[in-house]
Amino acid sequence: MNNQHNEIILAGFGGQGILFIGKVLASAGLAFHKEVSWLPSYGPEMRGGTANCRVIISEEPIGSPYIVTPNMLIAMNKPSLEKFEDTVVPGGYIAIDSSLITQEIHRKDVTAIAIPATKIAADMGMRKSANMILLGKFVKESGLMTLDELKEGVKKSVPATKTAMLETNFKAVELGFQS
Amino acid sequence: MSDKVLMKGNEALAEAAIRANCRFFFGYPITPQTELAAYMAKKMPKAGGLFMQAESEVAAINMVYGAAGAGARVMTSSSSPGISLKSEGISYIAGADLPCLVVNIVRGGPGLGGIQPAQSDYFQATKGGGHGDYHMVVLAPASIQEIVDLTGEAFDIADRYRTPVMIMGDGMLGQMMEPVTFENVGKGASDLPEKTWATDGTHMKRKKNIINSLYLQPEDLEKLVLEREQRYQVIKEKEVRYEASMIDDAEYVFVAYGTTARIVKNAIKTLRAEGYKVGLIRPITLFPFPEKILAETAKRVKGMLCVEMSTGQMVYDVRLAANGACPVEFFGRTGGVVPVPDEIIASFKKMVGGDK
Repeated sequence: MNNQHNEIILAGFGGQGILFIGKVLASAGLAFHKEVSWLPSYGPEMRGGTANCRVIISEEPIGSPYIVTPNMLIAMNKPSLEKFEDTVVPGGYIAIDSSLITQEIHRKDVTAIAIPATKIAADMGMRKSANMILLGKFVKESGLMTLDELKEGVKKSVPATKTAMLETNFKAVELGFQS
Repeated sequence: MSDKVLMKGNEALAEAAIRANCRFFFGYPITPQTELAAYMAKKMPKAGGLFMQAESEVAAINMVYGAAGAGARVMTSSSSPGISLKSEGISYIAGADLPCLVVNIVRGGPGLGGIQPAQSDYFQATKGGGHGDYHMVVLAPASIQEIVDLTGEAFDIADRYRTPVMIMGDGMLGQMMEPVTFENVGKGASDLPEKTWATDGTHMKRKKNIINSLYLQPEDLEKLVLEREQRYQVIKEKEVRYEASMIDDAEYVFVAYGTTARIVKNAIKTLRAEGYKVGLIRPITLFPFPEKILAETAKRVKGMLCVEMSTGQMVYDVRLAANGACPVEFFGRTGGVVPVPDEIIASFKKMVGGDK
């Protein structure tokens, strides 16, 4: 896991599993002794369309959990990309699901990561796992953490009784990591 | 570290309460507090306790009154509009000298207001809410771990002084997740007084106890109110809690509590890097208020800036404590808007007269 102070905004439609992949990242950070915070949106935007959460993974105690200028953004729909693209700090990372967002990332001062996660998920017969495929790809390209560390986060976020769900999620992040 | 778990503030508070031997929860759902009651519904029966969703907030607080009178460790939780409804009951509980925990996960007001984080219930929590000469001890955590630790302490403080205690968080603290450990949560301090006043049955061995807040003879009522006031004085001496950060060399000091204090810490980091000598005093108890440290600090700094998610409520207590020794300015956002470090920094620079 990299030793930077990472501020990550994850955003998309409600139901895409945005809050869950945020939890996976925070859980992985915790498993490897980082300071972490996870802050969800719970207001009208969640009911009207976009859900988002803000995750901080850091070596130092976390001040404000409310991220204004993230260094990493994962966007799973167009409104989310439009809302947060300009807030990402120069040199940061933006990852999008290119099956759902047809426009390009216009920022030239960030690392753009695009993967047709929803299409890959559908082709593989794992429709609900687009979020995990995108997460795997994002983690690899950003160097945020290793695949094993990410899988530890998945393990900590899936209820112990749901072994089938765990296997599917492992497979999905591996798929994202390898593509 | 590995024994830490990632939990929402609302759920962590509920878990801490169960571990602190709270066995009765009465509540009514309201955003952004609902996960607390939901967690209780799931876990309290497994701990051998009782969870009840009452028909209203008014009913819930009166159930708390009853259970507290019988000597139980009991709590309720709500958010701002619900606490207004509970305020009558809280006054009765204070008037009957009963211990209990009331949680307020504050949202924007007045009225139904909104559901986003706010600190606009400071007056209600510290200056009354209900009627009469009474106070609650008010604890204001700033992290999920502090929520957990203060929950254990809250029940002990309530039992020690026979008073309702409030934990006041906000929507952000209720909803966010952070790693927590429950290792500091005890089942109750060993030196707590026995509840000899509880109406838990005489078993034919003692005279009956009566729980009451009605005293028609003014002299009787005055005596009780003054006795209670004595207890508040002891609370003021013994229970003040605060965090002082980087105030030793500070020329200016921020005063903020809860979520806002965390945002101020980000602002302080930036300001320190720019060469400003700034620090923070974070009240953890809002009643009793950390007057002494503020009074001492006010005498040697050039100014204080109080930051709140309100139009300015705690700032009155800061000014009283500073007592004119230094200027006390205010910056706030309200209605559920969470301030960002940049606007706090801008407000500070305005106060000190522009950029360095």
